[in-house]
Amino acid sequence: MATEARTCAVTGFRVYRQTEALIKANAVTAVVFLLVGGVAAVVVLLTRWLGLFAPRIFYQFIALHGWSMLIFWIIFFEVAILHFAGSVMLNTRLAGPRLAWTAFGLMLAGAVMVEAAILRSPLNHLSFQPYPPLRGTWDFYLGTDLFAVGALVAVGVFFATVYRARREKAYEGPLPLVVYGAFVTAVLAVATLLVGAMVFVPAFLWSVGLIPSLNPFVWKLVYWGYGHPSQQINLGATISVWYLLAFLTVGGVTPSEKISRLAFVLYLVAINLGSAHHLQTEPSAALSVGWKWINTGYLMHLAVLGSMIHAFAVPGSVEIGQRARGYDRGVFQWLARGPWGNPAFSSLVLSVALFGFLGGTTGVIAGTEQLNLKWHNTTAIMGHFHGVVVAGTTLAFMGLTYYVLPLIFRREVIHRRLAAVQPWLFGIGVGVMVVAFMQLGVRFGLPRKQPDVFGFGRSPLAFRYPPEVFALLTVAGVGGLLALAGGALFVALVVGTVLWGRRLTDQELQRDYAIPRPASNPGHPRDVSVRGTFILCLIFAAFFLTMYLANYANLARAWPIGH
Amino acid sequence: MAVAPERVYWHERVSRLERIWVTLAVVMVVVFFSAMMLVWHAVGRQNTEGQAFRVDPAAYRAQVEAFARQYRVGEEAGRPVVEPPPGGDVYMYATRFAFYPILRLRAGVRYTLHIASLDYLHGFSITHPHQWNLQLYPGYEWVLPFQPTRPGVYNLACNEFCGIGHEFMLGKIIVVER
Repeated sequence: MATEARTCAVTGFRVYRQTEALIKANAVTAVVFLLVGGVAAVVVLLTRWLGLFAPRIFYQFIALHGWSMLIFWIIFFEVAILHFAGSVMLNTRLAGPRLAWTAFGLMLAGAVMVEAAILRSPLNHLSFQPYPPLRGTWDFYLGTDLFAVGALVAVGVFFATVYRARREKAYEGPLPLVVYGAFVTAVLAVATLLVGAMVFVPAFLWSVGLIPSLNPFVWKLVYWGYGHPSQQINLGATISVWYLLAFLTVGGVTPSEKISRLAFVLYLVAINLGSAHHLQTEPSAALSVGWKWINTGYLMHLAVLGSMIHAFAVPGSVEIGQRARGYDRGVFQWLARGPWGNPAFSSLVLSVALFGFLGGTTGVIAGTEQLNLKWHNTTAIMGHFHGVVVAGTTLAFMGLTYYVLPLIFRREVIHRRLAAVQPWLFGIGVGVMVVAFMQLGVRFGLPRKQPDVFGFGRSPLAFRYPPEVFALLTVAGVGGLLALAGGALFVALVVGTVLWGRRLTDQELQRDYAIPRPASNPGHPRDVSVRGTFILCLIFAAFFLTMYLANYANLARAWPIGH
Repeated sequence: MAVAPERVYWHERVSRLERIWVTLAVVMVVVFFSAMMLVWHAVGRQNTEGQAFRVDPAAYRAQVEAFARQYRVGEEAGRPVVEPPPGGDVYMYATRFAFYPILRLRAGVRYTLHIASLDYLHGFSITHPHQWNLQLYPGYEWVLPFQPTRPGVYNLACNEFCGIGHEFMLGKIIVVER
């Protein structure tokens, strides 16, 4: 059939219409939830910073913000990525497009149910972590279950598509690295969603009275087998997107296929132990020192090693691409002469840098047995996960969107100059906010999920934090506003492009979005030096080590506790 | 498509710089960072190792109230201020939306803290001046030694969402000269 598929003028991939429609539907839905989450963020931010809204409104909107951003925006976008990686990158028709649409419908229905349950009344909602014995309404739990089932079906379609591509020999050689990363991510997603069902299905039965009670300790323990791994899906997806962007923007390929794949395998083996970090300040006894040492130490750090490898390989890919294009002078010309006018490139660089320095290091620090005493449930934790999923994942996905618009929607991104500014506005805003959150949490102990640090709802034991706290809250507020402006600009650019962007012909696509090829013939790309990356990584390691030790030094001044 | 590797990528040579980086990462993250957790148990004074027991919330509440009656020295904001013998056991419970009672302790003295939630999940945070944070569950009693360092007023806040009114949930530990 002539209309069943087209060949992408830029990448040469076969793009099947069915896949294209599914990618569009999932990506657009993702952006809608990004918008909802952004509106909720305004309420959250103005309450924390200025105490503008009542606590109950704050709790309601923080739940709306969390579910919209952390789950719906990111997972709808990830499903779009899976359809792309499975069908487009492997030149195969989607296995079960109807199932893929069913998955989309289930996810959408679930998401709408959850959002409606949160919005209906502040008393119906729970905070983002809905720990029993706090009880939500039945539709909240049913919504989460429907969404999870839908996501599982979508992941199943991905596996079936990869299997079909392999059987039909639709691609040559091993899986491309990006698909390999997406595959590992999909395996993690299955485990995560099944564990999610282990807590949200009983919670649903409890909410309708079929189960008398839930053990809060066991529930939270199992919940984190879903709560943290759901963010490890983001990690895997983000890194896959980084490799893809390095290739699309500068023609970069990893310094070593073998090592990059090993890093993904390390994730597969160990990353879900990230959930154990949520048990560092639990009533002990159940979790002995030995258990924590092995699991949150050696084993979890194998996954961190995976991240350290990507920390080298992703910038290394960019350096290889750039040097092959002829930006080969000195140590850093490759970076200085990057295609900075391309918002996808600046998104990539900012996302990697912010994720690494702010999100990654703090994840290891906050997850360290004793250091968690200072971090647990303070605003520093908000700093950590905004560093990871906002400055990292969201910014990377925004970067990829600047390719999805021309290559999938076949429209020219409107207002290129604003688009070039957008990642900076967003990235710097989030970065500033994250650093302020960490200071507020670790140094000043500001609790998370606390809407009124000014008067504590007129509590008789109300006290006053030192003035630095209010200065830092202002810094966080201004950073947050910048990020919101960057996010709003992104949504405006996407909506504007999808609705009114000029349609692109194949010739124009080839001219404007061609993947850079080596200027001369520099030989095998992997032999090109990565010494700039090496120096950047040494700086990163020095920063990481300093922060790690500084946190222990800070802890040493606290009241002694424990045996 | 260049995004795919050559056929047999595992025979590829890994560049020297990448080999150095991976080695460095193994030494720093896997070896040193992991070892540090155990080292701190030996040399550090802030660890979470203690004991935990399942308790009946009503019985635990009665125990804390008996403790508060026995060592009561005053009252603030409707809550007893309690000064136990230096070096002894101190009992506290968390409930929506208060930490009970208010403690008066001696600086530099090691006490044994008993703390449990009576109803929902709560966060026990010595927030200002910031010391550390513990997670509480209904029906589970933590028992941990601890030692206030300097005199002053230490404010407690709940840092786990426990319902509407959570923002209201505070407590206090007063530390006086030895």
